[in-house]
Amino acid sequence: MSVTTENAPKVKASQGYFGRAMKRVEDPRLIKGIATYVDDLKIPGVLHAEFVRSPHANAKIISIKTDTAKKLRGVIGIFTGADVNEKVGTIPCASPIPGGKTPEHTVLAGARVYFVGHPVAVVVAETRTIARDALDLTDVDYEPLPAVIDPEKALEKDSPLTHPELGTNVAFTWSLPGGDVDGAFKEADSVLKLRIVHPRLTPMAIEPRGCAASWHAGESSLTLWTSTQIPHLVRTLLPGLIRIPENKLRVVAPEVGGGFGSKLNLYAEEAVVSHLAMRLDRPVKWIEGRRENAAATVHGRDQIADNEIAIQKDGTVLAIRSKIIADVGSYCQLLTPAIPTLTGLMLCGCYKLKAVRVDVTGVHTNKMSTDAYRGAGRPEAAYMIERLMDLVASELGLDPVEVRLKNMPESTEFPLTTATGLLYDSGNYQHALEKAQELAEWPKLIKERDAARKAGRLFGIGVSTYVEICALGPSKIMAAGGWEWGCVRIEISGKVTVITGATPHGQGQETSFAQIAADWLGVPIEDIVVLRGDTATAHFGRDTYGSRATALGGSAIVMSIEKIVEKAKTLAAALLKSTPKEIEFKDGKFFVNGDGKNALGWGQLASEAYIAKNLPPGLEPGLEASSFFEPPNCTFPFGTHIVAVDVDRETGQVNILKYIAVDDCGKQVNPLLVEGQVQGGIAQSVGAALMEHTVYDENGQLLTGEFMDYAIPRAKDIPDFILGSTETPSPSNPLGVKGVGEAGTIGATPAIANAVVDALSPLGIRHLDLPFTPERVWRAIQEKGGGS
Amino acid sequence: VKIRVNGMLRESEVEPRLLLVQFLREVCGLTGTHVGCETGICGACTVLVDGNAVKSCTMLAVQADGSEVTTVEGLSSNGKLHPVQEGFWECHGLQCGYCTPGMIMTAVQLLERNGSPSHDEIRHGLDGNLCRCTGYLHIIDAVEYAAKKGRT
Repeated sequence: MSVTTENAPKVKASQGYFGRAMKRVEDPRLIKGIATYVDDLKIPGVLHAEFVRSPHANAKIISIKTDTAKKLRGVIGIFTGADVNEKVGTIPCASPIPGGKTPEHTVLAGARVYFVGHPVAVVVAETRTIARDALDLTDVDYEPLPAVIDPEKALEKDSPLTHPELGTNVAFTWSLPGGDVDGAFKEADSVLKLRIVHPRLTPMAIEPRGCAASWHAGESSLTLWTSTQIPHLVRTLLPGLIRIPENKLRVVAPEVGGGFGSKLNLYAEEAVVSHLAMRLDRPVKWIEGRRENAAATVHGRDQIADNEIAIQKDGTVLAIRSKIIADVGSYCQLLTPAIPTLTGLMLCGCYKLKAVRVDVTGVHTNKMSTDAYRGAGRPEAAYMIERLMDLVASELGLDPVEVRLKNMPESTEFPLTTATGLLYDSGNYQHALEKAQELAEWPKLIKERDAARKAGRLFGIGVSTYVEICALGPSKIMAAGGWEWGCVRIEISGKVTVITGATPHGQGQETSFAQIAADWLGVPIEDIVVLRGDTATAHFGRDTYGSRATALGGSAIVMSIEKIVEKAKTLAAALLKSTPKEIEFKDGKFFVNGDGKNALGWGQLASEAYIAKNLPPGLEPGLEASSFFEPPNCTFPFGTHIVAVDVDRETGQVNILKYIAVDDCGKQVNPLLVEGQVQGGIAQSVGAALMEHTVYDENGQLLTGEFMDYAIPRAKDIPDFILGSTETPSPSNPLGVKGVGEAGTIGATPAIANAVVDALSPLGIRHLDLPFTPERVWRAIQEKGGGS
Repeated sequence: VKIRVNGMLRESEVEPRLLLVQFLREVCGLTGTHVGCETGICGACTVLVDGNAVKSCTMLAVQADGSEVTTVEGLSSNGKLHPVQEGFWECHGLQCGYCTPGMIMTAVQLLERNGSPSHDEIRHGLDGNLCRCTGYLHIIDAVEYAAKKGRT
C-alpha cells in the first residue's frame, strides 16, 4: 500500500482480495428475485397509506371534504394537515445558511400548497386499492394563485411570493470571497463572459420511495423500514418529529432500489407514516407511485450562472467571478442550500486560479425542492469551469488541451490549497489527460474531425479534465458528523461478521468490504458476512452519499481489525507461553517468531476468547472491535473524459461516436465495481447532456411527471465506452481510496457539451445550453443558417 | 382465474381490475417481479406469459387466465442458475437490482428468439427496460455471456 506513513495500516494485507475484480456476494438474492425491498416486506395486519396531493403549484386550500371517502368500506381514516401538523414536527434542513429565511415545512400542507405534488392529506385503508379509491373520493377545493416559476423573475420587485410570510423569494445568499478577485481582473488582458444555465433534473431511481412503520406498543418503540440512503441520519432526525426517544426508534433500509441522492433526505411521508403507525397502533405502509416520485421526490441541479473569467493572452486563467441563482423550489430540504455552495467551492476545477468570487442566491419557487442528485453541486462546477476553459481556448485561438495543461498544477504541488480554500489531497491531472488522449488515439481523432469537417459534417471533439470532492468528510465541515463507523466481530466459530455504518444500496460494499476484511484478517472471503442498513445492528453510521462509503467505512473496518489483531496477539502470547511482542501475525495465523508449526488460527483464538478459561489476567473475553474513522480531509478524485460526436444537420440529433474516460479514484478495492460506477455515472450524464430536463409550465404544472415525458437513457442511447484509470492514492485514509460513485457523472456532461459546441463551432455557435435535444440543436443550427 | 405460475397451478377469485403483477406479488407472494412505473415503460415488471415477455403492470390477471407465467423466481432449476442469471452475476450486470428481474426476463426472451445477437441487437432487445444504475454496458455483456453459454 502506498499511503503516507502517518496513515499506513499496521496490519499488512495478504491474499490479494484487495484490488481484485470480483463478482458480488450480494447478487444471488437479487438475480433470483428473492431480495426484500420495502414493498416486498410481509407485515401482518399492515394498512396502506396514499397521499392526496396538490394539482396546483400555488393555491389556498378552501376546504377538504372527506366524508364520502371515509364511508368507503376498508377506509380506516383520512388525515389532513389540521389533524397531523400539530402532532408532528417540521421537516428539517440540516444545512441552513446564516441569515437565510426558512418557511415552516409542515409534513402536510396547512392553509396553502406550494408545489404540484404537495401532500395535502393522507388516506389509510385496509388495502392499497381501497386507499386509491378513497383518494378519488376526497374532494379538495383550492383557490389557485399566481405561481412563482422563473427564479430570475422571482427576484423582481413585483413578483408574487412563494411564501408571502417571508416577504421575499430569496431563501438565502452565500458569498465566497476567494482571494484578490478585483486585483486579478485588473491584471487580466481580457475578460470573457458566459451565462450558463444548468437545467433541473429528476433523479428517477427505478424503485420509487416507500416506507413502512410498525409500532410495538409493549415496548413503546417503532420500527421504520424505508427506502433510504441514510437510516442513521433518519434515526437522528425523526425522533424529534414524531416525539419518541431516539433509543425507541429502529430504522432499517432494506434492499434499496437506487438513490442517487434522491433518498438522502428526511421526507414528510416518512414522518407521517411513522406517526400514523403509532396513532392507529397498526403497521402502515406507503409505496410511492412514479408520478409522485417525479413530483415529490427531490430534484437536482437548476442553476443559472453569470460568469466572468479573467485571462492572459497566453491562456493563463487568473480568476472567475460567478453569480449563481439556484432555484431551490418551495422548501429547503435536508441539504438544499449546501448544493450550490459546493458548486462555488469546486469552481476552480483542476486549475491554479488566483482568485474566485462566487455569489449564490437561493430562490424559492413553486416547484419541488432541489437537493442532492448524483454529484450534488460538483457537476455544475465542473460543467461551468470546463465550458469556460473551452471558451478561453476558442477566444484565443488556442488548443483546448493546451489551455488546460497551462493552468494545471504539477503533481509535486499537492497538497494544494485552492483559491476557494479547499486542500486538494493528491493528484496528477496531466497523467490522466495523457492516458485519455492515448486511448482516444488523439492525433488520429483530430485528423478524423478535420476530414469530416471538410466533407461538411458537424463533427466535434470535447475534453473535460475534472476534479471532484469525495469521502465527505471531516466532521468539522459536516452538519451531523462526517466520520464513519465499522465493527468487526470474530464469532466463536471463527467466522467473521463485519458491520458497517455506511449504508450501501447497490454500490456493492457487501463485497468490497468483505475483500478488505478477508485480506486484513487473512481469512477466506466466504467466511465473512457484511451487515448494513439497520440501526439495530449498525449502532452508528453516517451512511452513503458523496462517494464516502469505501474511503470512510472501509477505513473504519481496517481500524477495527487492527484493534482485534492487537488483542489476539496478547491472547496468542498467553496460549503459546510467549510475549505479545514476539507474536507474529501472517496470513491469518499467530505464531512465535519463526515458529510457524505451532501457529494459532482465528478459529482457535476465537474459541479461547469466548470460552474464556485460559485468558491472561486483565484481558476481556471476546474478539470484537468497533471504530469511528474520522478523516483528516476530503478526497479529490479526478480524471479526463474525451468525447467525439457527430451532429445531424437535418435533425439536430447528436450521436456519440467515441467515449473515452480515464478516472483516478485512488486505490481500487474492486475494479469491476469501479467500472460499474463509472459506466453508470457517465450514462446518467449522457441523459443530462442529451435528453433530460425537468419542465414546469408557466403555471407551475409539472410536464415531466413520468417516464413518458421525462426521458432517461435506454440501452440504445449508451455507446460503448473506452475506460482507463490512473492511480494516485489519497493520503486521507489508510486504504488510499478516493471514491468513485459520482466521478462519471461529473466528468461526462462537460465533455459531451464541449464536443457538441465544437461540432457546431463552424456555424459560429459558441455556447448552447443543456440538454442537447434534437429540437434545441436543430433550432440553433437553423438560427445560424446551417441547415442543409 | 387459473394461472400456472412457474409450473404451479394457482387458482384464485380476483377482482376484474387486479393487474397481473398484483396477482403475482400479492396473491402468489412472488415479490421478485417489481413495479417501477405502472405505465408499462420501465419494464421492471416484465414476466413471460406463454413464452412472451409481457409487462405485467399493463395486463390484467383475468387476461392471463389459462396461461403459463414464468417469473424470475421460476428461472433457475434444481438450484442451478439460468445462463442469463449467471451472466448478470459474472458480468456485474446489476447494481441496486431493482430493474434486474425484468431485465433478465426480457433477456431470456431475446435469446430464445436470437441465440447470437450482436451488441446492437441486444440494445434493441432491451429497449423496453430502464436501468438507472449500470449504464447498460455490463447488462449487454451479461446477455452476451448467456448467449455464448447457451451455444456451448
